[in-house]
Amino acid sequence: MSENHEHKHHILSIKTAGIILGLLLMLTAITVAVSRIDLGFMNVAAALALATTKALLVIMFFMHMKYESRFMQGIVFLCFLILAIFIGMTFFDLAYRGG
Amino acid sequence: MSNTHKDYAGAKLGMWLFLFTEVLLFGGMFVLYAAYLHEYRADFHVGGKQLDVVIGTLNTVVLLFSSFAIAAAITFIQQGKKKLAVNFTYLTIACAGIFVINKTIEWRAKFHHGIWPDSPHLREMSHGENIFFGLYFLMTGLHAVHVIIGAILLSVMVWFMKKDVINQQDFVKLENAGLYWHIVDLIWIFLFPLFYLVL
Amino acid sequence: MSSNSLSFWEDSGNGRTGIMAWLTTTDHKRIGLMYMYVILAMFIAGLCLGLAIRLELIAPGRTIMDAQTYNTVFTLHGVIMIFIVVIPSIPAAIGNLVLPIQLGAEDVAFPRLNLFSWYLYIGGTILALVSLFTGGGAPDTGWTFYVPFSEFTTTNVSVAVIAVFILGFSSILTGLNFITTIHRLRAPGMTWTKIPLFTWSLYATGWIQVLATPVLGITVLLIFAERVLGVGLFDPNKGGDPILYQHLFWIYSHPAVYIMILPAMGVVSDIIPVFARKPIFGYKTIAFSSLMIAFAGSLVWAHHMFTSGMSDTAVLIFSLLTFVVAIPSAIKVFNWTATLYKGSITVDPPLLYALGFIFLFSVGGLTGLILGSAGTDIHVHDTYFVVSHFHYVIFGGTGFGMFAAAHYWLPKYYGRMYNKTVAKVAFYILFIGFNLLYFPLFIIGLEGMPRRYYDYLPQYQEGHVISTVGSWILAVGVIIMLVNLIRGFTKGEKLKGRNPWGAATLEWTIPTPPPLLNFDKEPDTSRKPYDFQGVTPDE
Repeated sequence: MSENHEHKHHILSIKTAGIILGLLLMLTAITVAVSRIDLGFMNVAAALALATTKALLVIMFFMHMKYESRFMQGIVFLCFLILAIFIGMTFFDLAYRGG
Repeated sequence: MSNTHKDYAGAKLGMWLFLFTEVLLFGGMFVLYAAYLHEYRADFHVGGKQLDVVIGTLNTVVLLFSSFAIAAAITFIQQGKKKLAVNFTYLTIACAGIFVINKTIEWRAKFHHGIWPDSPHLREMSHGENIFFGLYFLMTGLHAVHVIIGAILLSVMVWFMKKDVINQQDFVKLENAGLYWHIVDLIWIFLFPLFYLVL
Repeated sequence: MSSNSLSFWEDSGNGRTGIMAWLTTTDHKRIGLMYMYVILAMFIAGLCLGLAIRLELIAPGRTIMDAQTYNTVFTLHGVIMIFIVVIPSIPAAIGNLVLPIQLGAEDVAFPRLNLFSWYLYIGGTILALVSLFTGGGAPDTGWTFYVPFSEFTTTNVSVAVIAVFILGFSSILTGLNFITTIHRLRAPGMTWTKIPLFTWSLYATGWIQVLATPVLGITVLLIFAERVLGVGLFDPNKGGDPILYQHLFWIYSHPAVYIMILPAMGVVSDIIPVFARKPIFGYKTIAFSSLMIAFAGSLVWAHHMFTSGMSDTAVLIFSLLTFVVAIPSAIKVFNWTATLYKGSITVDPPLLYALGFIFLFSVGGLTGLILGSAGTDIHVHDTYFVVSHFHYVIFGGTGFGMFAAAHYWLPKYYGRMYNKTVAKVAFYILFIGFNLLYFPLFIIGLEGMPRRYYDYLPQYQEGHVISTVGSWILAVGVIIMLVNLIRGFTKGEKLKGRNPWGAATLEWTIPTPPPLLNFDKEPDTSRKPYDFQGVTPDE
C-alpha cells in the first residue's frame, strides 16, 4: 500500500460508466423477470445473487474500488463479511428453534 | 492554520469507514428482515404482492441512472470539464427528487388503503403482513431519509464547484459525496427485490 | 506558526482566548482534556448513584428510596457509566491526548471532525440528562433497554435512546478518526511494528467502534420507532420477536465490552515495560491479539442470551466461541507477567494501578468463563454473580486502566507531578474497598440473589452489608486519588525534564507540557517503543 505518496488517479471513462449502467439496467430487467417465475426458495437466492452482482458492479466501477489498493479492497470485504456474520450467526438461533 | 493539511488518501479512507457504518446501520435492519422472512415466508409473499412493482422498478432505474450521472460528473471534473460536472450533479439531484416524489405517491396510496404503521386495517391482517409492512415503512423510510441527505450533500457540492472549492486539482469532496450517493443506490439495489419482488 | 517556547496551554492556535479558545479548538490535546473533564464530572455522578444503590441494599425493604426510584437509579447508573463514562474514557480522553504524539503526528487526521465528535458527545450527554427530568420520569428499563418493557413503560425512554444514538455516533467518528490517523499520519520511519501498543489497541478498538456501533444505533432507533409508531417489530402481540431485539442489542454491546477493555489493555502494555525497565515480552503477539480480540469478540454476542429461549444449537455454538475469546486475553496477561519477570521493577503509582488492573481483570475474566459456559450460566444468570463479574471487568479493568493512564500520562500534559505517596495510599484503599464491595456479590450471587431486585431475603443481608461498607471505602479511595491528582496538576511540583518515568515512546521526547503542534524537532523514529537502552528518567 502506498502510504504517503498517492499514485496517479484513475479516471473512469464515460464509456465504461455507460456500459456499467447498461449492465445494471439489464440485470434489473432479469431480476424482475425471474421473480415472475415461481422457483420456490430459489427465487430468494436468485434475487440476492443478482442484487449482489449489481452491487459489485457499482462498488468496483462507480465507486472505483477496482482501482484502489489491496488494503482498501480488503476492508470493504471485511465490512460485508462482518454483516454476513451478524446475519448468518443469528440463524444459529432462528433455524434451530423449537428443536 | 499550519496543522491543516490536504491528504487525498486519508479523506478517501475516512469516507469509506463512514460508509461502513451506513452499511451496518442498515445491516441491523437486514438482520431483522432475514429473521422475519424465515418466520413468515408466505405472509411476506402476500405483502410483496401488494406493493407497486412498476413504481419500484421505475425508482430502481432512476437510482441506477443517478449513480451513473454522479460517476460521470466525477469523471468530468477530473477532465476539467466543470460545466458538464455541474450539470451531471444537477441531474443526480433531479433523480433524487423524482425518487422522493415516486416514494411519496407510493406511500400515499398505501395510506389510502389503510396501511400505515399500527393502522387498524394492518392490525386485522396477519402477523407476518404486519411485520412485512412495518419493515417496509421503516427500511424504505430510512432509505428515503438518506436520499434526501444525499441530495442536500450534492447541492452543497454544486455550490463548492461554483466557488471553485472543487476543481480539476482538488475534487475529493465531490468523490466522497459521490461515494455516499452510490451507497444510497447500493442499499436500494437490495431493498428493491426484497420488498417488491419477494416470493 | 507557533513559537516553540509556548505550550498548548498558552498557544490556542485559533487566535482566541479564554473559554472560546477551548470551545473552538481543533487541538487533539485540548479536545482530549475537554472529554476528560466531562467524563470526570459524569463519573462522580455515576459513582453517587452507585453509592445510593448500595445504601438502599444495606437492609431488606425500603431504606432510602422507593422501588420505582430504585429502578430509575440503577438504570441511570448503568447508562451514565457505560455510555457516557467508560466507553469514551480511555479512547476519547487519553487516546486523543496520546495517540497522535505516539505516531509522531501533529494532530489527528480530521481535527475538525474530532471537535464535532466532542460536541456530539456533549449533546448526547445533555440529552441523557434532559431525559431524567422531562416526560414521564427517568427511564427505568436498565441500561439494556430490553423489549417489550422499554416499548411500553411510561418513563422517558424515547429521549434516552436518542441520547444513546448520538453518543454512539460520537464514538463512531472518534474511531474513524483514529484509524485514519494511524494509517495516514505516522511519522517517516514509524513502521507498523514500531507503533506503541497503546496506539495498537486503539486501532483495534477503532475497528469495533466503526463496525459494531452502527448496529446499536439502529437498535435504539427501532425502540424509538416502536414507541412512536407502534410497528410491533418486537411485540409478540403484533408478530414481533423480542429475542431478536436481544440479538441486535448484543451484536453491538458485546463488542462494546472490548471497546471498553482493549484500550485499558493498551495502557497496561505501555506502562509495564517502563517500570520493569525491560522490553515488552512478545510485542507482536500483543498487537496481534488485540486484533484477534476485536474480531473474535464480534462472534460471541449471544452468550448473554443463554436463558432467553433461543435455540440450544445457538447456546452450544456461542458458548464454544466464548472460550475462544479467552485465549487472546490470556496471552496478554501471560505476556505482561513475563515482562515483569526478572525486570528491575520500580513500584511507582502508574505501575501499581496497572498491576491492580491485571489482578482485577483476571478475576473478572475467569468468572466470565463460568458465565460463558452454558451449564453454569443457567444457574448464575441474572444474579449478583453477573453484576460482580462485569464490575471486575469494567471498573477493575477499564476503571483501573484509566487511573493508571491518568497517573502515567497526565503529568506530561499538565507539566506538574502529583504526590506519589498519596497516590499509592489511595491505590491500596481503592483496591481493598473494591474487593470488599464486589467479592461478596459473587458469593450471594452463587447463593441465588437476583440482580436488579429492590428487596431480598434476609439470608443475603450479610453479603450486602459487607458490600455497602466496601463501597464507602472505595469512595474514600476515589476521593483521595482525585484530590491528589487535581492538587498535583494545579499546585504540584513542576516537571523540568521531558521524561519523568524514563519511557521510550515518542510522547516523552517532546517538551513538557507539549507545544501546540507537539514536536519541537523531527520525531526520532529510530528507537523501538520498548527499547530502554540509554533512556534514563528525566524529571
